[in-house]
Amino acid sequence: MGLSHPLADTAPDADGFFGRFGGRFVAETLMPLILDLQEAYEAAKRDPAFHAELDTLRRDYIGRESPLYHAERLSDHLGGARIYLKREDLMHTGAHKINNCIGQVLLARRMGKRRIIAETGAGMHGVATATVAARFGMECIIYMGSVDIDRQQANVHRMRLLGARVIPVTSGAGTLKDAMNDAMRDWVTHVDNTFYIIGTVAGPHPYPAMVRDFQSVIGREAREQLQAKEGRLPDSLVACIGGGSNAMGLFHPFLEDQSVRLIGVEAAGEGLNTGKHAASLQGGSPGVLHGNRTFLLQSSDGQIQDAHSISAGLDYPGIGPEHAWLHESGRGEYVAIDDAEALAAFQALCRLEGIIPALESSHAIAHAIRWAPSLPDDHLMVINLSGRGDKDMDTVTRHLADELAD
Amino acid sequence: MTQPHHRIARRFAELKAAGRAGLIPFISAGDPGYEASLETLLALPEAGADLIELGMPFTDPVADGPSVQAASLRALKAGQTLARTLDMVRALRQHDATTPLILMGYYNPIHRMGSERFLEEAVEAGVDGLIVVDLPPEHDEEFAVPARTHGIDVIRLATPTTDARRLPRVLHNASGFLYYVSSNGVTGGAAPSVAGVEAELAAIRRHTALPIGVGFGIRTPEQAERIARFADAVVVGSVLTDAVGEADRPQAGVRRVVELTRGLAEAVRGARKARTVAT
Repeated sequence: MGLSHPLADTAPDADGFFGRFGGRFVAETLMPLILDLQEAYEAAKRDPAFHAELDTLRRDYIGRESPLYHAERLSDHLGGARIYLKREDLMHTGAHKINNCIGQVLLARRMGKRRIIAETGAGMHGVATATVAARFGMECIIYMGSVDIDRQQANVHRMRLLGARVIPVTSGAGTLKDAMNDAMRDWVTHVDNTFYIIGTVAGPHPYPAMVRDFQSVIGREAREQLQAKEGRLPDSLVACIGGGSNAMGLFHPFLEDQSVRLIGVEAAGEGLNTGKHAASLQGGSPGVLHGNRTFLLQSSDGQIQDAHSISAGLDYPGIGPEHAWLHESGRGEYVAIDDAEALAAFQALCRLEGIIPALESSHAIAHAIRWAPSLPDDHLMVINLSGRGDKDMDTVTRHLADELAD
Repeated sequence: MTQPHHRIARRFAELKAAGRAGLIPFISAGDPGYEASLETLLALPEAGADLIELGMPFTDPVADGPSVQAASLRALKAGQTLARTLDMVRALRQHDATTPLILMGYYNPIHRMGSERFLEEAVEAGVDGLIVVDLPPEHDEEFAVPARTHGIDVIRLATPTTDARRLPRVLHNASGFLYYVSSNGVTGGAAPSVAGVEAELAAIRRHTALPIGVGFGIRTPEQAERIARFADAVVVGSVLTDAVGEADRPQAGVRRVVELTRGLAEAVRGARKARTVAT
């Protein structure tokens, strides 16, 4: 095969490569910064005081651990598999994003940086970043696509209340990719005092590994919790993927457990064959963007194409390099769910479990709805319920009204 | 070391003998359309371009400011591709065998075409140098080293964040000339501090004999003239891409870019003569 076997402790290599994916494809101005960041992160990892503070903040500020909830009615309704939901939606700010932000803001403080920047799509990473910046008294600037600002107004208000400046990005399609471009332009312009909190497992090394490490608390907890409840490992893990941070956080502690199937759910938008989707692995090809080599939605001439998804958080034409590696090596399995299936799953979880999921997480639920009926009753499935759906009320209401009108 | 074309080394030797700095105008290939862009490219040497930097348009140019971003998008919208950019270089070479041509852009379109195929075609088309913004020396093995075996100079960028510890790494596989980015940020940003840039160049020259071109934030003949007193070349881009964007017709854009290039070239050529008189 020639493909290296994914192992938790050996990837990425010293240059930030997961197999052939990852790396540090950035302008020279940024190179000294990401090398500094890598050094600071390595030092923090070895420092017990860093871990002690992170643990305290996880418990008392974020509200960890997050429950592992047996979704009984959903399981019964589907007629196969025992389905557990990892309740990241219950964490402070309403999604898994804060797990990463709290780690990076501690690092920013260690490095003496007082100005925080971030990109955001659905606004959840922006809210989490604004939250930790407020908590540590730092200046905060959030880049957000103008299209996303329109469809995620509530999160824009939240960020502003938390003291962040939200800068609309009008270049390109005005979504997450373009917000990331402008955040990188800001970083290159304000190198001395600025820390860039990337929200997903992408970007130049060490971001993909660092964000994964901060998110891996999800998988470590799930592993212990399921052990306590069921006395064994899960049979499958299911999580939605935009950049892929909630999935990587759940998957990583199980990478070496070959019996555990790792299933990432990409957004098929209006359908994989319509060209209007956000499924980089299933509808894209390898390329280089935003500091890493990974699968991208791109034209035959290497121009980046716009992603499409009902959920702003999955609307990104790339994916974290570790997922690209898991995909190519076969350790990870990747499927796609379209807008309509995600909306149906959103409604199902509301009515069956009394939980309003984020549209992003609804993609993972939708895969369970499609797959679970064919599984034996004793199949243990853990779905990452990565965020709550309050932010999506307008979008969902609009789409359901359209459906009723049809 | 000897490579097939060597237009870049020859041109800098000529500039040194003439006791002046060179002007390197930047235009985005295919902006606002193929024909007008080609006409501009062909007119640049006569207008005073000593070397030419031709942009390979990309959808997501993260190191560029609004002006070059807009130029890239205009070109892509008009149907520009990497293959057509190489066609422009071939067309230039039918008229001009001596002006060094440097392609500047981002890695993904090259990666998509395949580095090996791209390098073969670039050599055949008459490209002398490459600036691939998002390929730092850390990735030399996959691109810079093969490029040099094809005889193409890999132009390295040094920036205000390049400290003494980092500089040797940047210079390691550098050839042709060194591009000094005069201010942190994106293209078309704030004008650099002339005294600061002069001091940085003096420091860098202790580590390399390569000629040094200076760019980022230089818009006017006056600014170009001041930099040209101590740099080996001055790169000017955003003011030219702005002129294309502001023109009401493509032909007006061609004329304006040529006119601006003339003015900048005159300032750069007179810089060291002016030194004793001015200031």
